[in-house]
Amino acid sequence: MTRDEFSTIAYNGLWKQNTALAQLLGLCPLLAVSTNIVNGVMLALATIIVMALANVAVAALRNFIPHEIRIPVFILIVAALVTVVDLLFNAQLHELYVVLGIFIPLIVTNCIVLARVEAFAAKNPPLNSTVDGIFMGVGLLWTLAVLGAMRELLGSGMLFTGIDMVFPSLSPIQVLPADYPGLLIGLLPPGAFILLGCMIAWKNWMDARAAERAKRRPPTPEVVADTAEAGA
Amino acid sequence: MMFAPAPYLLKDASVSLVMTQVCLALIPGIAAYAWLVGPAILVQLVIASVTAIAAEAAMLKLRGKPLAMFLSDGSAIVTAWLIALTFPPLAPWWLVVTGTLFAIVIAKHLYGGLGQNPFNPAMVAFAACIVSFPALMSQWPSVGLQMPFLDQLNVILGLAPRVDALSGATPLDAMKTALKLAEGQVDIAHLLANQDIYGNFAGRGWEWVAIGYLLGGLWLWQRKLITWHAPLAFIGGMVLISGALWLYQPASFANPLFHLLSGGTLLGAFFIITDPVSGCTTPRGKLIFGFCAGLLAYIIRIFGGFPDGVAFAVLLMNLSAPLIDQLTQPRIFGMKGKQS
Repeated sequence: MTRDEFSTIAYNGLWKQNTALAQLLGLCPLLAVSTNIVNGVMLALATIIVMALANVAVAALRNFIPHEIRIPVFILIVAALVTVVDLLFNAQLHELYVVLGIFIPLIVTNCIVLARVEAFAAKNPPLNSTVDGIFMGVGLLWTLAVLGAMRELLGSGMLFTGIDMVFPSLSPIQVLPADYPGLLIGLLPPGAFILLGCMIAWKNWMDARAAERAKRRPPTPEVVADTAEAGA
Repeated sequence: MMFAPAPYLLKDASVSLVMTQVCLALIPGIAAYAWLVGPAILVQLVIASVTAIAAEAAMLKLRGKPLAMFLSDGSAIVTAWLIALTFPPLAPWWLVVTGTLFAIVIAKHLYGGLGQNPFNPAMVAFAACIVSFPALMSQWPSVGLQMPFLDQLNVILGLAPRVDALSGATPLDAMKTALKLAEGQVDIAHLLANQDIYGNFAGRGWEWVAIGYLLGGLWLWQRKLITWHAPLAFIGGMVLISGALWLYQPASFANPLFHLLSGGTLLGAFFIITDPVSGCTTPRGKLIFGFCAGLLAYIIRIFGGFPDGVAFAVLLMNLSAPLIDQLTQPRIFGMKGKQS
């Protein structure tokens, strides 16, 4: 894998094809667990593990899986990995496991995982697929973290609610004054939809601005040299 | 976009003229309201208007639209007034500010501004706030509360503590709670006769506010700013379902008049569901829209968890308005069948 491929995969996962902001995949867990940073980040971490392992497994087996039954085979592989993660969470982070509940087993049916397996790992070598799984997951992770932060800040005026379930020595931070009444809608599903909509609008705005800037400034030799250097 | 088919009557009805007349039509209701609870409502109207103008100006600037033209159309003021009239009059100032910001920024401009909003902004604000702050949104001043203007101002600005004695439930809410607590031991006639929260027909005092809205609404209809379809169908829907249940079990369902003069029924009928943007535009569509909104408002009000159901009913019907409009396109003169 060249540096070029690596940066393309990373850029796709983190920004251009961001699962939440561009592909709008896996909205159900996205909206359900993004009530605070900790839940969102932990679910994203679980998804990253599953995606990286599923991608590498499928990529390694891609030449042996009959094309006609590939989807059931992919699901079996993903389900086995999810069971591992599920048991791991249950054993190590039991309190969080109770909070995240059904959404860990549901990673199996999460369309992000299946979409990456089908669209990328089934056509690319294992190393590239692993990198793709990780970066797609990291893209989900930062989106969930930002969304979770906005929701808990609006809803309760705190950050890192529930951090003590992961690191018992830490405690949540009260950001806004203690008598902040809490805009409850932030914690409720409509708030998740509205804030996710705002984030998508923000991404589209950034993209449109970048495209306009690129169009307005024709590529001069220096710029070409710069991008070539960065990509090399 | 769907319009009634051409030809159109030409009429001197700019947006600002219409909005000014809507504001004028609200004045009888506001006057009765101010007589009932004191000048607090006027303070809320001012807070909401200032917030709405500021938010409107900020959003127009962000979107690169001409400020003067859109600011002077007055649509933001109508939204602000409807918000102030639907929120509790002694609510803290930031509650009305939050609601107004929500209405102007999210419900109006994020959807494309004047004429593009699928939902009634004032009702979005009400729904967002009652979901977010259920306790504050249900604290209405108790009946016959005589409070000097300065005290009211202090409560709104948060300078004086919010005492429980200040606030009570709305007549609708009080009736719902009383019926639930008594579990069939109390009948409505007894409640209406014996509790001083109720007046001649509905909630004491509030019934006159509702009649104020009715007068303003009739004036709007007489000026041909609204048609009779939606308000009449809304009232019809509400009377039909409340009347049926009242005839069936007069002990546990209040009479239709009580429901017409309680809560937001008449304000909703004349000022909210007649919104030309988020409501239906075809005559038959307006009838269906109003009727279903009336039914839903009653159902949510009686069987739901919130004090009143008009806001949620209107939002649900806003969602269905485009479909209703499409299915009720009037036949064009000289054409056979439907032209779609």
